[in-house]
Amino acid sequence: MEKNMLKDENDRVDGFLKVTGKAKYFAEYDLPGLTYGVLVTSTITKGKITTLETKAAEKAPGVVAVISHLNKPPAAAYEQEGGPQMKIFYTDKIFYNGQPIAIVVANTFERATYAASLVKATYAKETFNTDFEKALKDPKAKKLQGQADYKRGEENAYKTAEVKLEERYFLPIETHNPMELHGIIADWRPNNQLTVYAKTQGVKATQGTIANVFKIPMENIQVNSEFVGGGFGMALRTWPLEIATIMASKHIGKPVKLVVTRMQMFTMVGNRPAAIQTIGLGANKDGKLTGITHRAYGETSAYENFTEGVVNMAKFMYQCDNVNTSYVIVPVDLGVPIWMRGPGEATGAFALESAIDEMAHALDMDPLEFRIKNDPETDQQKNKPFSSKNIKEAYKMGAEKIGWRNRKNKPGSIVEGPWQTGYGVSVGVFNANRGKASVKGILKADGSLLLQSATSDIGPGTGTGMTLIASKLMGIPVDKITFELGDSSLPPAPSQGGSATLSTVGSAVNDVCVALKSTIAELAANSNMDATSNFVDVLKKNNLPQIEITKESQGGKERDNYSMYSFSIHFVQVKVNNLTGVVKISKIVSVGDSGTIVSPKTARSQMVGGAVGGIGMALTEESIIDHRYGRYINNNFADYHVPVNADVPEIDVNFINKPDPYINPMGAKGMGEIALIGFSAAVANAVFNATGKRIRTLPITPDKILA
Amino acid sequence: MINFQYLRTTTAKSAIALLGKDKNAKFLAGGTNLIDLMKRGVTAPEKLIDINHVPLKQIRQIGNKIHIGALASNTAVADHPLIKEKLPLLSRALQAGASAQLRNVATVGGNMMQRTRCGYFYDIEMPCNKRQPGTGCGAMEGFNRMHAIFGTSEKCIAVHPSDMCVALIALDAEVILANAKGERKLSFKDFHRLAGDTPQLDNNLKADEMIIGLEIPTNNLAKNYHYLKVRDRASYAFALVSVAAAFEIVNNKITDVRLAMGGVAHKPWRLTASEIFLKGKEASLTNFEQAAQLAMKDAKSFGGNDFKLKLAPNTIIEALNLAKSKA
Ligand SMILES: Cc1cc2nc3c(=O)[nH]c(=O)nc-3n(C[C@H](O)[C@H](O)[C@H](O)COP(=O)(O)OP(=O)(O)OC[C@H]3O[C@@H](n4cnc5c(N)ncnc54)[C@H](O)[C@@H]3O)c2cc1C
Ligand code: SF4
Repeated sequence: MEKNMLKDENDRVDGFLKVTGKAKYFAEYDLPGLTYGVLVTSTITKGKITTLETKAAEKAPGVVAVISHLNKPPAAAYEQEGGPQMKIFYTDKIFYNGQPIAIVVANTFERATYAASLVKATYAKETFNTDFEKALKDPKAKKLQGQADYKRGEENAYKTAEVKLEERYFLPIETHNPMELHGIIADWRPNNQLTVYAKTQGVKATQGTIANVFKIPMENIQVNSEFVGGGFGMALRTWPLEIATIMASKHIGKPVKLVVTRMQMFTMVGNRPAAIQTIGLGANKDGKLTGITHRAYGETSAYENFTEGVVNMAKFMYQCDNVNTSYVIVPVDLGVPIWMRGPGEATGAFALESAIDEMAHALDMDPLEFRIKNDPETDQQKNKPFSSKNIKEAYKMGAEKIGWRNRKNKPGSIVEGPWQTGYGVSVGVFNANRGKASVKGILKADGSLLLQSATSDIGPGTGTGMTLIASKLMGIPVDKITFELGDSSLPPAPSQGGSATLSTVGSAVNDVCVALKSTIAELAANSNMDATSNFVDVLKKNNLPQIEITKESQGGKERDNYSMYSFSIHFVQVKVNNLTGVVKISKIVSVGDSGTIVSPKTARSQMVGGAVGGIGMALTEESIIDHRYGRYINNNFADYHVPVNADVPEIDVNFINKPDPYINPMGAKGMGEIALIGFSAAVANAVFNATGKRIRTLPITPDKILA
Repeated sequence: MINFQYLRTTTAKSAIALLGKDKNAKFLAGGTNLIDLMKRGVTAPEKLIDINHVPLKQIRQIGNKIHIGALASNTAVADHPLIKEKLPLLSRALQAGASAQLRNVATVGGNMMQRTRCGYFYDIEMPCNKRQPGTGCGAMEGFNRMHAIFGTSEKCIAVHPSDMCVALIALDAEVILANAKGERKLSFKDFHRLAGDTPQLDNNLKADEMIIGLEIPTNNLAKNYHYLKVRDRASYAFALVSVAAAFEIVNNKITDVRLAMGGVAHKPWRLTASEIFLKGKEASLTNFEQAAQLAMKDAKSFGGNDFKLKLAPNTIIEALNLAKSKA
């Protein structure tokens, strides 16, 4: 009884499993004969391994094998020329400090850990640089174009504007740090049959990468990843450590489990790259933007390039005839970065949305009014109308809720003892994507519906969203619907990234449901039943235990005709202590404009999680490297500060909840990224409003307030 | 495997006997620091003497002293009615430390003995004079944002990370230590050391000694007090700077005052000159500001921690203000 009273049809379908510990994550699987892998990592930053002493480790109790470039276990693609530079165990080159150089496999984790400490490498060291800012200043250091330069109208028009500004913004490296550590279990069987339990945002992508490296057919590889304990982008690729574990399993003929340490989470599974950006803004005295220049420099690795959409937003977010952008990546001797929630757009929005606030201040205008004044009717970059955009309504809704009328345009106006109060606003925007996915639907005579797709759920509640879409269309209660995912043998779907899953897979669910309904209607008609007959009766009448339909679904021409984006507005109120430099976020109001809200509870969770990630980006998170050694200093949860409950005030989440008429059958746009994009600027803007201090380097720690 | 002996005992006497003079033996209390250090390869004791079952958990008042056993948990002390009533400064300082889960197992003795959180100390691939004398100080010209501004040495600029100890030094606590021959008392201010030429030594506990407990004199400081911890996030972070402030006001004059700082030195840092200045004066902002200035004499920063030269006096002022407004 009690359980039912608490139940709500919008609940997470896997919520009960998760809170009772019944949801099984990759590392929790146990296989017969399972062995344990532990990685040995480089202690220099650049150079070559000259010797690798593995004998002591091999002789240590319980050790099954030590695998390194010395015994190169077979990986067909790595045996060929070309391909990636960092082919694990196929190179003696060191590209960064903490790079895996060997894997020790033993019959217990503790024994593997100990034996790994016995592997000793000597190196031929080379000079290196891990300092991105230094590389940027060094005319001899390599720089690469990250994205084609963009120009609309006049270049650098801001320089001749009536009111102009040019400012520089710095973002340090951030590390995803989901609670769940990365790793994999690999079980290579005779005849090249491989099963893996992975932590991945895309079971099909993992399957494809493995097939490519080992040159075995996709069908031979089974990837399981039913539950993922947070990804934030770091599980969007198959990392060398995963290849190493598969190599090890193949080599020893036994299943191998590898789970990295928290420290290794800083060096093996990517990070949000550091960025330096300059924004030039020009406006006329009436507050109309006349020029936007956004130049960004992003950190990348020396062995692999990484780019993201840092300068995208500047091209269309505001009405402005003269816009130019450039994006350059600068290699340093660190591990390669990867998208982190909001990815480059979050980096870019910090700079652009701070600069917009600075311009409003220069014009002595309310920053909200300034944004509204420069809000474009159409997308000037693509020269297309927006498919849907309700930003003005969102501004109004958020302003009302945060109490924007209490804000004073003059910074430092609201003071109580040492505490100064300020308000800030910013916008987030991200491509509203829709890809291609397949879903199988099995409608059964027992009244249930089973849906299957090889998509993932890294936390947003994919199964819940899909179930609600199907429930609404089919009129079947949610507890009669099961959505299966995280299994590479299911109908294909893309990786969970870029806020596209609900739109992409949800559309396929929609199409399957529509097809199932019309099949039932046909069957009903053929058996002289009423068109509104219950599907159970129709199936029974036709002596069918079930019907099964698979549909592939993707968008059509609508993308050629419309510009599609999801939007978010973040309002924050902060209190800043002018003696101690402490910044407290006292109120958050987020407004999402992302089409129809299909799953209200999980949608709210997305916005809450995004705001918490945003607090981290704004106030606490920074991965610190000692550039003399190329090693991370704060690579643990005590010193790398993700926000804790005490940093997070009540978050008031609101949605416009109006369908986008073009994007997909549900009218729903993604929202994983917009929940975070722009948030950090709202905080910086609020800090400015509170104190008159403009902080352009994140995170905003007490020392920066006191400086 | 790195093997070690695990021994469990139920009396202080046998614990001390097991310890002997064995440099490679260590007491295991809550384990929240020691186990981490073992995992990181910073320390590898051959003998672990589990003292969790030694009955040293009492918290009680005898005469005008409050006695706290070395194995009382941080939570037990912070939540104890006697401590909350008579030594609320200590309670507040404890609550500002670590997380609830850690405080539940961390002990008084372990808290005093916890090692610095300097990142170079924890990474065995980096130089560190405290971990390995003679290898150099990684922090001196490296990342030293969290590091000391008072009493630093050429060899080490680490800080003692405890919050509890800042309150204890302010409250004139005494430490009860014992070895096989008997007990001795040490003033809390003499328990921890400056780094000097021996950064590997954090304190004056001898190799054959065990911490038995604390004695803290009762006082009239339970009304105007505050423990202010400035940190990078609102909870579960070590102090950039923390201040324990308490005073007694009679007829508008400060009659007794205690001031100590954390996050600024190799040991909890008592602000004696500021206390002397404030005694007999009015609890006014001007006086607080002057006291804060006095506290900063001889402060020295190392780049990353330059901001502490401003943050430290500001935090003193704010802590004193908050202590005053408690009335
Ligand atoms: C993530 C994290 C965050 C933290 N944040 C804070 C913080 O903000 N503020 C703060 O103050 N602390 C903080 N701490 C530190 C915490 O307070 C200490 O780890 C804890 O107090 C140690 O107590 P313990 O009983 O677990 O000691 P153990 O780890 O068991 O022992 C530590 C040392 O003390 C010795 N020892 C223990 N008892 C005795 C005894 N009776 N006699 C002689 N020697 C003894 C042991 O041999 C060992 O060398 C944090 C710790 C962690 C892991
Ligand atoms: S400050 Fe002390 S603990 Fe830190 S590196 Fe230097 S010597 Fe080691």
